Amino acid sequence: MLSTVTLTLLKGFLGTLRLFSETLLFALPLGLIISFGSMHKLKILRLPVRFLIWIIRGTPLMLQLLVIYYGPGIILGNNVWGSGETGRFIAALCAFVLNYACYFSEIFRGGIQSIPVGQYEAGQVLGMTKGQIFFKVILLQVIKRIVPPISNEVITLVKDTSLARVIAVYEIIWEGQSFIKSAGIIWPLFYTGIFYLLFSGLLTLFFGFIEKKLSYFR
Amino acid sequence: MRILEVLNIKKDFGYIEVLKDISFSMDSGQVVSIIGSSGSGKTTLLRCLNFLEIPDKGVIKVRGETLFDSDKPDTRSEEAIRQKRLHFGLVFQSFNLFPQYTALENVMLAPSLREKKSFNDEGLRKRSSDLLSLMGLGERMGNYPHQLSGGQQQRVAIARALAMNPDILCFDEPTSALDPELTGEVLKVIRELARQKTTMIIVTHEMAFARDVSDVVIFMDKGVIVEQGDPKDIIDNPKEERTRKFLSALSRN
Ligand SMILES: Nc1ncnc2c1ncn2[C@@H]1O[C@H](COP(=O)(O)OP(=O)(O)OP(=O)(O)O)[C@@H](O)[C@H]1O
Ligand SMILES: [Mg+2]
Repeated sequence: MLSTVTLTLLKGFLGTLRLFSETLLFALPLGLIISFGSMHKLKILRLPVRFLIWIIRGTPLMLQLLVIYYGPGIILGNNVWGSGETGRFIAALCAFVLNYACYFSEIFRGGIQSIPVGQYEAGQVLGMTKGQIFFKVILLQVIKRIVPPISNEVITLVKDTSLARVIAVYEIIWEGQSFIKSAGIIWPLFYTGIFYLLFSGLLTLFFGFIEKKLSYFR
Repeated sequence: MRILEVLNIKKDFGYIEVLKDISFSMDSGQVVSIIGSSGSGKTTLLRCLNFLEIPDKGVIKVRGETLFDSDKPDTRSEEAIRQKRLHFGLVFQSFNLFPQYTALENVMLAPSLREKKSFNDEGLRKRSSDLLSLMGLGERMGNYPHQLSGGQQQRVAIARALAMNPDILCFDEPTSALDPELTGEVLKVIRELARQKTTMIIVTHEMAFARDVSDVVIFMDKGVIVEQGDPKDIIDNPKEERTRKFLSALSRN
């Protein structure tokens, strides 16, 4: 029994892992782009971006999942996501990417804006280009400052992936719960908790390592 | 040789006129000190020379070449300005070293980017470490800024500015952020640079230093140059009432 449960949960965890890693893959760069938009000097760019961030951060991810999955079907009259498992996964991924990109963008904005203007000016008077100043001077300082808040978000994401089940995306809790009906046992559900704990433990170690790597300067 | 001519520089921030009509010039190898009370526009003037601010009006010429002319818009493009900045260096009151680089790397960064050389380039390393040695930091090249005292950081910043070989090196109150016991070591290296005929403009509140290091002292007040000339004349026998007031207020503190 233990091995059947383990295998099933492992399969579910693979779904969790896939949603988790693909969300990060797209949300981190998108978040950087959104943060540039939210800091742009042109109002016509900045205000809509800030509005989007407000909407996304101000409503539950659960609601966003439902709206993104069912919305197009109801409004446009055809389900853009298709009917299969893949379609549901992509819909969930879109919701997660959008949601997390907005949170990341605020972390990036905070990080970028916390760098003293003297750092830019020192680069400028040395004749460096804007790109050189950003990549050679600013970026690493920003990364150092945002590692702790990013690590927080990433660990939250591990657990948030379980929300995807509301649109029937198979992940680990979905699989764990299935044993309640099929075999009348609840312990597989607790077992899923161990997966989460181990994974977030690994991530904590990983981010701790990065923080340590960047501790050589202040 | 005339190295710098500044003609009728004006700069506003909104409705405050910070620089009203600044003109002065200096020769190669000279040291010009700028003194004046807080808010008189000294920092703004240095920032205009380094194009961190763009003057609203006026002309800036280096070695006879017009770097900036408010009447000629073609002198104002971003890339053009970046090239022109290289005529000037600026040492900030707050050092502004790059924290993720060692002292040596701080000095090497800008030249390495400009000359497309790596940090391992022999010539670049030699040049940069020589500059740090000149600053008395031969032992500190591998240290990061947070491992250095304020006086050491400021000396790294001076070496970093010198590494780009500017025609004119500007200092904005280089010792104001330092504890009194650390100002001496920074003033000493500036004195040494003056002895080597480095062309410098120094904004400072250190009157004794200004008097014996500079060839010309400029006294600024409320955005205008009130008086300029030989340091001994200006500091010991000022002609203008405003200069006298400023100097006596300074010596009272
Ligand atoms: N970016 C800015 N925006 C608006 N006002 C500014 C700006 N920079 C400077 N000022 C104003 O310009 C005036 C001159 O400032 P500046 O920093 O040039 O004076 P300063 O002579 O260097 O003074 P201090 O001795 O205190 O350094 C001040 O009134 C200051 O408030
Ligand atoms: Mg100032």
